[in-house]
Amino acid sequence: MLRTALTIAKKDIYSELRTKQVLGTMIIFAGLVILVLSFAFDPANNTTKAVIPGAVWIIIVFSGILGLNRSLVSEQRNDTMHGLLVAPMDASSIYLGKFLANFSMILVVELVSIPFLFLLFDFKITGSILYFILVLFVGSFGFIAIGTFLAALASNSKSSEMLLPLLLFPMTSPVLIGVTQATKIILTNMEKLPTAIAWLQLVTAYDVIFFVLCFLLIEYVLEV
Amino acid sequence: MIEIKKLTKQADNKLILRGIDLSITQGETVAILGPNGAGKSTLLKVLATLIKPTSGLVKINGLDLIKDHIEVKKLFGYLPHSSLLYDHYTPLENLVFFGDLYGVKDVEKRARNLVNEVGLSFFINEPVKNFSRGMIQRIAIARAIIHEPKIMLLDEPHTGLDQGAISILNNVILSMKEKGCTTLMVTHDFKQAAAICDRIIIVKNGKIADDFKINNKSLNLVSEKYQVLVEGVS
Repeated sequence: MLRTALTIAKKDIYSELRTKQVLGTMIIFAGLVILVLSFAFDPANNTTKAVIPGAVWIIIVFSGILGLNRSLVSEQRNDTMHGLLVAPMDASSIYLGKFLANFSMILVVELVSIPFLFLLFDFKITGSILYFILVLFVGSFGFIAIGTFLAALASNSKSSEMLLPLLLFPMTSPVLIGVTQATKIILTNMEKLPTAIAWLQLVTAYDVIFFVLCFLLIEYVLEV
Repeated sequence: MIEIKKLTKQADNKLILRGIDLSITQGETVAILGPNGAGKSTLLKVLATLIKPTSGLVKINGLDLIKDHIEVKKLFGYLPHSSLLYDHYTPLENLVFFGDLYGVKDVEKRARNLVNEVGLSFFINEPVKNFSRGMIQRIAIARAIIHEPKIMLLDEPHTGLDQGAISILNNVILSMKEKGCTTLMVTHDFKQAAAICDRIIIVKNGKIADDFKINNKSLNLVSEKYQVLVEGVS
């Protein structure tokens, strides 16, 4: 299963490196959000710093949706999804492959955009960078795991680009609430670290439950 | 090789397949004919594991189509209307990718050989999006046989092809037959069906209306039977 999933993920990432359609759009979008935020909130003002944890997740969520939408819709051209479905593997391998590709892409977006955000707002992390990376990882994992599943569900609809955010935001709201709270604490107030860890545990449990559910249910979603 | 018993498929309260019973032995080349909406492509999609049957039993090489679906998938090569190819990939990249999914050993060598066989070695590093329909279909044929399947499921494979591509496709089917490969081909092209198949199945309203062997590539026999059964000409 892992071998075929990695083959699919490699194919998606290689396609992206060649066409530069999705990742380029995601990074440009993230950059634009940061620029607009810098116009709306004065980076020199200290109260602006309170916006940063939320801004981090706004960037991840909205640029993530751009990538998620494309990852499954692109398999409809020439019915390439049928090519994957008739190959000797479970549908869950397709899900895992798509998840790995989407997760890698969102990590690249985070790697580029978050340092840019911190630089532009002259934001100095007073908390723990390692915990911050952990929160990013756990939050992105949950968001992409659920998002990949829902993108597969929405890809059969003619208005998939509209349907995906409508399904995705309610489903991922526990993840987003949890990671935004944890990010706020970890970036600005390490004294409340136990509270941040509690939020992280909640999000991790949600991630695991939904990842397993998506893994089991994807077969019914991808059926022709 | 393929055993189908009482196969039905229902979609949105409409019965598309109404109890298909069929037995195909290894090495047979079978054409499935019938009017539009008869259920030919649905039958092929069920065999290709793309659609789950509503009821009935399908065994391929003694394996259950649903329970042993991964083992069954290794046995067949599927060529539908669409090419199933990635546009921005070259023929070599497409074949290597699908070969990897099937676990083909020495996949790049096999892919290069197939591209040569279908006469596109000159375009091996060109993206597929620049190809004509005929060229795409040649690569699609190569994709379907990359893992040397024991069964080929072809859905209107001759549609939109020039004479060169038709000849290549027929040669592939016949050479695979020599190796003992079973072929099931949904088609509207009676001429090609008569030329390369040794058995004809006519499907009408989700049922098998006729099932007969043809000798001497008799196009007339196929046309007459089809007209009587489907078009009501006596």
